[in-house]
Amino acid sequence: MPTYNLTINGKNYPVEAAAQTPLLWVLRDLLGMTGTKYGCGIAQCGACTVHFNGSPVRSCSVAVSAASRAKITTVEGLSPDNGHPVQKAWIAEQVPQCGYCQSGQMMAAAALLRTNPNPADEDITVALQGHICRCGTYTRIHKAVKTAAEIMRQG
Amino acid sequence: MYQEIPNKEESSESGLSRRKFMRLSGLTTAALTVGYYFKAFGNDTVAEILTGEGAEKMGVELTAWIAVDKNGKVILYNHRSEMGQGSFQSVPQILAEELEVNLEDVRVEFAQGYQGRYGSQITGGSSTIRSAYKLLLKSGATAREMLIEAAAVNWGVSKADCYASGGQVFHKPSGKKMAYGDLVEKASKITPPKEVALKARKDYKLIGQSLPRLDNPAKLNGTAIFGLDKTVPGMLIAMVERNPRFMGKVKSFDATAALAVQGVKEVFKVTMPVFAFTREGVAVVATDTYACMQARKVLKIEWDDSGFEHLDTEGLFKRMAADLDKEGNTVKEKGGFAEIWQQGGEKLEATYRTPYESHSCMEPLNCVAHWQEDKIQVWGPIQGPDWVQSDLAERYKLKPEAVEVNMTFLGGGFGRKAFVDYTTEAVEISKKIKSPVKVVWSREDDMTQGPFRPGALYRCSAVLSGGKIKGLQARMAGQNMDLQNSPKFKPDAPNASMMEGLCENYLEQIPHYRFSDVPTQSPIPVMWWRSVYSSTNDFAFESFMDEMAHAAGKDPMAFRMEHINDKRVRAMITKLAEISGWDKRQKGSGFGMAIADCFGSFTGQVVQLQKDENGVPRIKKVFAVIDCGWYVNPDIIRAQVEGSIQMGFGAAVVHETHFSDGKAVEQNFDTYQMPRIGDIPEIEVHIMENEEEAGGAGEPALPPFAPALCNALFDLTGKRIRNLPFMLEDV
Repeated sequence: MPTYNLTINGKNYPVEAAAQTPLLWVLRDLLGMTGTKYGCGIAQCGACTVHFNGSPVRSCSVAVSAASRAKITTVEGLSPDNGHPVQKAWIAEQVPQCGYCQSGQMMAAAALLRTNPNPADEDITVALQGHICRCGTYTRIHKAVKTAAEIMRQG
Repeated sequence: MYQEIPNKEESSESGLSRRKFMRLSGLTTAALTVGYYFKAFGNDTVAEILTGEGAEKMGVELTAWIAVDKNGKVILYNHRSEMGQGSFQSVPQILAEELEVNLEDVRVEFAQGYQGRYGSQITGGSSTIRSAYKLLLKSGATAREMLIEAAAVNWGVSKADCYASGGQVFHKPSGKKMAYGDLVEKASKITPPKEVALKARKDYKLIGQSLPRLDNPAKLNGTAIFGLDKTVPGMLIAMVERNPRFMGKVKSFDATAALAVQGVKEVFKVTMPVFAFTREGVAVVATDTYACMQARKVLKIEWDDSGFEHLDTEGLFKRMAADLDKEGNTVKEKGGFAEIWQQGGEKLEATYRTPYESHSCMEPLNCVAHWQEDKIQVWGPIQGPDWVQSDLAERYKLKPEAVEVNMTFLGGGFGRKAFVDYTTEAVEISKKIKSPVKVVWSREDDMTQGPFRPGALYRCSAVLSGGKIKGLQARMAGQNMDLQNSPKFKPDAPNASMMEGLCENYLEQIPHYRFSDVPTQSPIPVMWWRSVYSSTNDFAFESFMDEMAHAAGKDPMAFRMEHINDKRVRAMITKLAEISGWDKRQKGSGFGMAIADCFGSFTGQVVQLQKDENGVPRIKKVFAVIDCGWYVNPDIIRAQVEGSIQMGFGAAVVHETHFSDGKAVEQNFDTYQMPRIGDIPEIEVHIMENEEEAGGAGEPALPPFAPALCNALFDLTGKRIRNLPFMLEDV
């Protein structure tokens, strides 16, 4: 099997995997980074969202061969001590219930706020429409994105 | 704080002695452990408070909820599963209140599953707080009193002059203080007091506060371990291609191509018990998940689908419709409904339909199992750890203590993870390969294998007289969940659950009523789904209340009030009117209400609708009231009400599981659509304050949503919706 050099959260990880192996399973099974979640495998739920050169992508639908050319950021790379404004906002609004979908939700929110630091309601809806939460934390997610923007503004 | 429980060390000793218990918990030598000993399993009336030391002397095992070691380290145990509903916060919040420790100073761990030791551990029926809060309060207070006594003896002062706060005991007159850690050795020798004084509610420092959840930090940086994240040394991964029909079998299979996939180790047939039946499939064991997925694609399996019906959705509902014409099993009756119906008068009748649904937890099912000759270890997202333990002990003829059941966090549960099918299948596979294994379900497996929430039909009939209900009949036709669960249930036994959700206080004022059920026969696997029967029953009951109110020419809220005496329910409805502005509502806005009595709590909701620029009705706001009596953490309760409404929204206007040729049609989120962030309206939640006993919070707010929505649609458009799900665009 070929070896790929992945750049994840600023570190280099050589992995041996079949070219078509989804990045999701490389992260989870081969590298033990389990913060990125499997939810559907067909890019419908958003639980596996990571940043690919800063843009949110569904890691279940990105082959490892394509990922080797990019800078990948996972939820572990947001901030291990929950210091990222999105993580702070998620605590402030007490968003998580079961928490399973929240890595993906937060990765989407972080990507949105980087390009749009002052998102309107509609912007939030569009950016997070691809993310399913079965517990029903949507109202809090919406509020938390605004709170995160506020935290970012205050520096 | 949260940290994952370390893998327990290998040991074939039976039982969990205090010393071993301490070792497992990572405590230093001397520790005060306080908990209960249930002489009769599950019967809390004979629970006796013991220390670890006392339990060891008696040769019994302790239900430990609290452990304090010599260094003052406090571990509080959550005996229930954490699937989002907040037990990981609320159980410690209760314990810490009476123990007098700061929550930031404690570590919370999941207790292991142990049949009966913690009373029931099955995390269902919104029961965690309401079933255990008194025991938890007493546990905390008992440990506190023992620590105070130890300090008083040490100082040679009166216990009455001492008090505890923040993990320390203080002597009021002198200002002396001692930390709990320095007291545990003495305290652990004290016989626990039989009676302890509990705090008055006004003196609570933690209970009643919206404290931030202790599990949240780990859920935001990728460190929380869900079942799917769990690994143990030497573990392989398995997936199973199961027969898509519940009762189907494996006739033959060809594993040649599957075995050629790199990483694949073994392929074999496996059977999984589901209630009183078994499900057959072919297991693929490999070094990683993706290899299993690839191998499944090239597996060649011939199924044997003979000997049972292959139903489709319309066939199922036709059968229910035929059943609806039968008398059925009488669940509850008073007076003579049949006679007054014959006599005529102002009569009303309506039929309601509710769909089959998938649980679709965001974390698909999975389980890590390690079968060994004399013991079994299981880790996973498990709602009923004590059930898993007793199931495996019985199945593999082991003592319960030889079956170790460890709960991880659950990525949703909603009832699905309370069954013991997926855990047993994992143990079967581990036994076959003689290695620890994680069995992973794909989304498609999770969504198509069920068990499903059963759909049901309801026929409601009423005779009105003088603007009030003179007679009411409700009949449900649908699959009875109990019938598949165990052969001890019989189809002619009334299914009392068909009245769940109904505010039974209505019945006091109704002279003639009859409730009955007709169990529809079907091989589709069905089981509990958030709020269980209430999730469908209440749609029929509360929609029909609205229809009766309109037929009687009454305001729907006033009509309900005229049929309710209970002060508690009346107070809740009054509050609902107040927060929703019910009496001041104006034309152009649709208002609908519904109430429910579910798992020890009363809930009520008002849905406010408005037409958008295209004339499509849109939900402007949902007003929700919950009366769950004594409560712990109001923010968690609000979150549960919000979540219940969003899940109820999905089942009302977004998704439905269909069947075709005996198989589930919707396989993933592309067809089994989910509510999305942009669909969800503003939700306002109000929690009632009173002196009532604790009720449930995780489920009771789901049932009223669908009827409140449809009642609001009638108010706005004059169109009555009796079949779920429906599209708002179609109204």
